[in-house]
Amino acid sequence: MKIDINHVAKLANLQLNPQEKEKFEKQLSETLAYVGKLSEIDTKGVETTSQVTGLENVIRVDEIKPSITQEEALSNTSSEHNGMFKVKAILE
Amino acid sequence: MKNLNELTIKEAKAGLKAKEFTSVELTKACLEQIIKHNQRLNAFITIVEKEALEQAAKADLLISSGQDLPLLGIPLALKDLFSTKGIKTTAASNVLRNYIPTYDATVVKKLKAAGAIIIGKTNLDAWAHGSSGENSDFGPTKNPWNIDYVPGGSSSGSAVSVASNMCLAATGTDTGGSIRLPACFNNVVGLKPTYGRVSRYGIVAMASSLDSIGHFTKTVEDSALLFNITAGSDEMDSTTLPAIPEDFTQDLEKSIKGIKIGIPKEFVTKDIDREVKSAFEKSVKVLKDMGAEIIEVSLPYTEYGTAAYYIIQPSEVSSNLARYDGIRYGKGRGSFGDEARRRIMLGTFTLSSGYYDAYYKKAMQVRTLIKKDFDDAFKKIDALISPVCPTIPWKLGEKINDPLKMYLSDVLTVTANIAGIPGLSVPAGFSNNKLPIGIQIMGKQLSEKLLFQIGSAFEKQTNYYKEKPNL
Repeated sequence: MKIDINHVAKLANLQLNPQEKEKFEKQLSETLAYVGKLSEIDTKGVETTSQVTGLENVIRVDEIKPSITQEEALSNTSSEHNGMFKVKAILE
Repeated sequence: MKNLNELTIKEAKAGLKAKEFTSVELTKACLEQIIKHNQRLNAFITIVEKEALEQAAKADLLISSGQDLPLLGIPLALKDLFSTKGIKTTAASNVLRNYIPTYDATVVKKLKAAGAIIIGKTNLDAWAHGSSGENSDFGPTKNPWNIDYVPGGSSSGSAVSVASNMCLAATGTDTGGSIRLPACFNNVVGLKPTYGRVSRYGIVAMASSLDSIGHFTKTVEDSALLFNITAGSDEMDSTTLPAIPEDFTQDLEKSIKGIKIGIPKEFVTKDIDREVKSAFEKSVKVLKDMGAEIIEVSLPYTEYGTAAYYIIQPSEVSSNLARYDGIRYGKGRGSFGDEARRRIMLGTFTLSSGYYDAYYKKAMQVRTLIKKDFDDAFKKIDALISPVCPTIPWKLGEKINDPLKMYLSDVLTVTANIAGIPGLSVPAGFSNNKLPIGIQIMGKQLSEKLLFQIGSAFEKQTNYYKEKPNL
């Protein structure tokens, strides 16, 4: 299995230089070849397991509780404007 | 007479209570050990000397006023994935190099409420991605038994800090072996609890359906003592199991006579190092001589465990690490290291349109089969034992350029995470070149008390845990 490194890097929002592309393409293809051994197993009709606790629909009362302040929420950003996060424009 | 930093939690508690020494003295002894050896071993990313000593002084006041809390005045270290209010939490990644959380993880809250002193944050493979400790953006941690060798990962610094007496115990996370493997490589006790038994809230997420929150201690008894505090449900983590009030230290002195212990034949193959195999066989004999009934069992899907794991885990990693956009906190995506980028891309691929069924869905079906293997085995036996890693610790640099080879170091530990069952890694001897070897005891979900019972009996009989590295 050969991975399309350009496509995957774009989906993952990662920028790679040409050397990195070559290196990761080789390493990821090797790993994919290894995990491909699962195709040896007949899983027809086998249920999927996405969690192991068996817990379902865990709910709690929807009530407001003390939370962090606006100042605290902004304390780790380098991109702040008038008490808000400043992000790049997403529309032209 | 032991130095104070060499004490177990149990011993230190007794000494503090009897006023043989103070928490400030105990904390200072640990800090001095860190200052002496951290430059060489690189176990800590952050040391919080001032705050630790302030907390210790407070603990001493409480002790002298007759207060008693389970960890009052005991210095602990935290893997640097655990959010600590006001203390840098880096995940050993450049992305979070300067990140200071505004809240404590639930486990940190519980440890503090029990009176523990936090002395620092330990090194790890960045984002907990790795089996050797070498993937840290803060430099590799070294094995205190021989600094040319890896300490195991990803909770490398926590294991090393306990092995080299820089603290009395340390926390860790285990997604595919990240507690059990470094415990094994450092001659300390490592607990990976049942999935959902300890809250994940406030701990940097790796793969959310696999992450288990545990710890490293010098003895099995200390492991049970700590588990009494960390286990329990948490409304901030909806995957936590309803709490069952239980004292995990209750059966530590109980005989293991008649307990049925299974040896999974697929775990003890020709691919296991000769020295690891011989230590394992000796361990089996010890348990047998103590009255345990040894039964060979089969877990036929074991050989597919690593393949399923290296689909499920990177898929969840790619989703969890998608939140790092460099806007609200941390640096941008250009700051991810190689291993994080590999896993993000691998997971992005296995979840992508056209490949989801062949990879991710298939792996989730195989997860069902692996879990069933364990369920079937536990109908016949009470617990399982196996080696922790197929090899003894390897040299720094040996596997770093071959990711797949590194991934295969987890082959004996990943299936416990896939099935969500607990595992306890305990010291089981040494190689000819004096590097530690361990065994893991696994049980069905929620069977930690039994694992402590078996581990404690084994430890008292063998005494390997008493051996310490020559620093």
